[in-house]
Amino acid sequence: MVLAAMAALLGGGCRDRGGPSPDGKIHVIYWEKWTGPEGRSVRAVADAFNRSQDRIVVDVLTVSPIDRKTLVSTAGGDPPDIAGLWAYNLASFADAGALTPFDEFMRADGTTPDEWQSRYYPVYQRITRHNNTVYAAVCTPAMITLHWNKQLFREAGLDPERPPRTVQELDEYARKLTKRDPRTGEITQMGFLPQEPGWWPWVFCRWFGGELFDGKNITFATDPRNVAAMRWVASYTKDYGLDAVTKFASGFAGQFASPQAGFFTGKVAMVFQGVWYNAYIREYKPGLDYGVAPAWPSAVDGVDDFAMAESDVLVIPRGAKHPREAWEFINYVSSSNPRAQTREELRGMEVLCYIQEKNSPLREWSPFFADHHPHPQIGIFRRLSASPHAVFTPDIGIWTEYQREVLDAFAKIRLLIATPEEAMGDVQRRLDQSWARHRRSLESHGQLPAAATPAQP
Amino acid sequence: MTRRERRQFFTGLGFTSPWLLGLAVFTAYPVLASLFYSFCDYSILKTPVWCGLQNYRELAGDGLFWLSLRNTLVYAGVSVPLGAVVSLSLALLLNADVRGRPFFRVIFYLPSIVPVVAASMLWLWIFNGQVGLLNWLLAPLLAPFGLTPPAWLVDPAWAKSALVIMSLWGTGNAMVIYLAGLQNVPKELYEAAEIDGATGWRRFWHVTLPQLAPVIYFNVVMSLIGALQIFTQAIVMSSAASGGTGTETDGFPARSTLFYTMHLFATAFYDLRMGYASAMAYVLFLIIAGLTWFATRLSRDRMS
Repeated sequence: MVLAAMAALLGGGCRDRGGPSPDGKIHVIYWEKWTGPEGRSVRAVADAFNRSQDRIVVDVLTVSPIDRKTLVSTAGGDPPDIAGLWAYNLASFADAGALTPFDEFMRADGTTPDEWQSRYYPVYQRITRHNNTVYAAVCTPAMITLHWNKQLFREAGLDPERPPRTVQELDEYARKLTKRDPRTGEITQMGFLPQEPGWWPWVFCRWFGGELFDGKNITFATDPRNVAAMRWVASYTKDYGLDAVTKFASGFAGQFASPQAGFFTGKVAMVFQGVWYNAYIREYKPGLDYGVAPAWPSAVDGVDDFAMAESDVLVIPRGAKHPREAWEFINYVSSSNPRAQTREELRGMEVLCYIQEKNSPLREWSPFFADHHPHPQIGIFRRLSASPHAVFTPDIGIWTEYQREVLDAFAKIRLLIATPEEAMGDVQRRLDQSWARHRRSLESHGQLPAAATPAQP
Repeated sequence: MTRRERRQFFTGLGFTSPWLLGLAVFTAYPVLASLFYSFCDYSILKTPVWCGLQNYRELAGDGLFWLSLRNTLVYAGVSVPLGAVVSLSLALLLNADVRGRPFFRVIFYLPSIVPVVAASMLWLWIFNGQVGLLNWLLAPLLAPFGLTPPAWLVDPAWAKSALVIMSLWGTGNAMVIYLAGLQNVPKELYEAAEIDGATGWRRFWHVTLPQLAPVIYFNVVMSLIGALQIFTQAIVMSSAASGGTGTETDGFPARSTLFYTMHLFATAFYDLRMGYASAMAYVLFLIIAGLTWFATRLSRDRMS
């Protein structure tokens, strides 16, 4: 009897989502990790989509941790129809066969992947592809650039309206903005700290003109420009003193969404942060007088529009019950009303980005979105999106491991535990092995050896 | 077996069947399946491809495997004996006849019911290098020697020590078990020892400790198993101290807190190498089984 009861319970839990629901509509299950403004924005777009037609209903569910739950549910044969993954999941999930390619849907709609993707700025096209196949759509687009504290610039005798234009200037400003306690010699304020916030140390390599992956081989330690970038990272610890910097930084380590963050307390004068920072500042340090640099300080001759892009992605897991309907929603999210003159007329991507206070990844912006965006400097982020020197992570199936290795090397280099050459050489050796193994694994599963996108935007 | 016995046997089986079913489906099957997968190239979504001992061979040459194992053994090697000493000392103190004894027992037990994540967030502030409570206490003590306290969680030389210190805070469970053990020590033995002229330390060494041997054995084995599987607090601390880089399993700073289960977890769920991670899990299982066997052998004479 107990067994029968258990069986009934278990059986009752597994409803067939493929069939029609009582309201006669098709319910698309969408798992999203974000709460807060990002969560609100996807719910707003889903509501608008649900109102715009009477065939499909998108049900947004908050799920965490999104990557592992999506993976396990896909393996179990009962994935959601849409999952809002982290961008770094894309390549490994695609190589694991966890995702439905979008190319077929695009062809069925009478368009080609290139044509469909041309709506995005090139860097966002890159984010949604793996091995030249489109697997995802952009859902939390952001550009990252230098933010500076104008008040601290004034106090240091610098022009508060002029951010550093080259790496040399950045270093020079950083020196002028650094203060020590005259009694103890302890650092009380720093102009710049490479580990603040320390989320993307790999981008320093790209900023210095280096490549992380040439489409065939990993080039972390073999590209001299990457080594130069890491030497520059180490120079900050060497110049200011390991103990002094470690102690100073430990006071706000890990504090970014809090009033204790180094930039908000005026302890760090310049920081690379994303378009979201305006909302953070409003919340944690209202009234902070700050500026947004039109690009990263130039690190390579002739490149004065370098920037980094970021975004989470929407995917359709393999085995989703309603892939076609999920695609319709994704298509809706990836479009906008380019003629919108009012908040109410905004649609799809622009609703998403307006609520998130982020830049739209679409080339075309409506007049209302461009002119009434809540971020006063949104134009800068739009120009950065369009930059031919905007970069994103390399397209490689072992990126999760690559990223961890770079973070570790970065820590060792800036803590002077290893020289850049030693730390990067170690990483290169491990990653070369992993990459060879990954390719062997793809071959043994009958997947073509990864021939990743050779050119990175 | 008589008819009656057989009927009783099947009735018994019937009553235990939900548990047996649960054991088979949720424990035995996954355990055996992961043994099989440890010999495969397996990424959860693709068909497992048999690769023999490849995963185990690769482990032998995997620098991170050895680093994570070393970190874990160092952590366990320091935190287990230290934890045993601290919890036993607390139990001895709380066993003494002092005023407000129940109050102190509650106070010292309380931390062990605080959820690990909440405790970790609290200790994050205690270990803060600039405004932390611990350094606020240490700084004046070290100042006469011209020393300054470490930056704990962001200093690779001190991050593991910080986790050991934090682990001592949660020794309440072991303490309660020691306390129960202490109360089971027959009073006659103390009286006899007293008549023989034994005082404080000798009484403890020759009466209390031998009588507590089984309890010590149990506590040490359990905390050894726990320490070798340290995960949650290390992930929370590592992630928070690194500023949420999205790779919380990396043992920030500079892999000084990269513990075995963290490396295993990242291999399985970030890199999707389930076969390799299964091999790691089995190696850990063998290590824990081996150490437990060793502890049992070591203490056999003492407990007999």
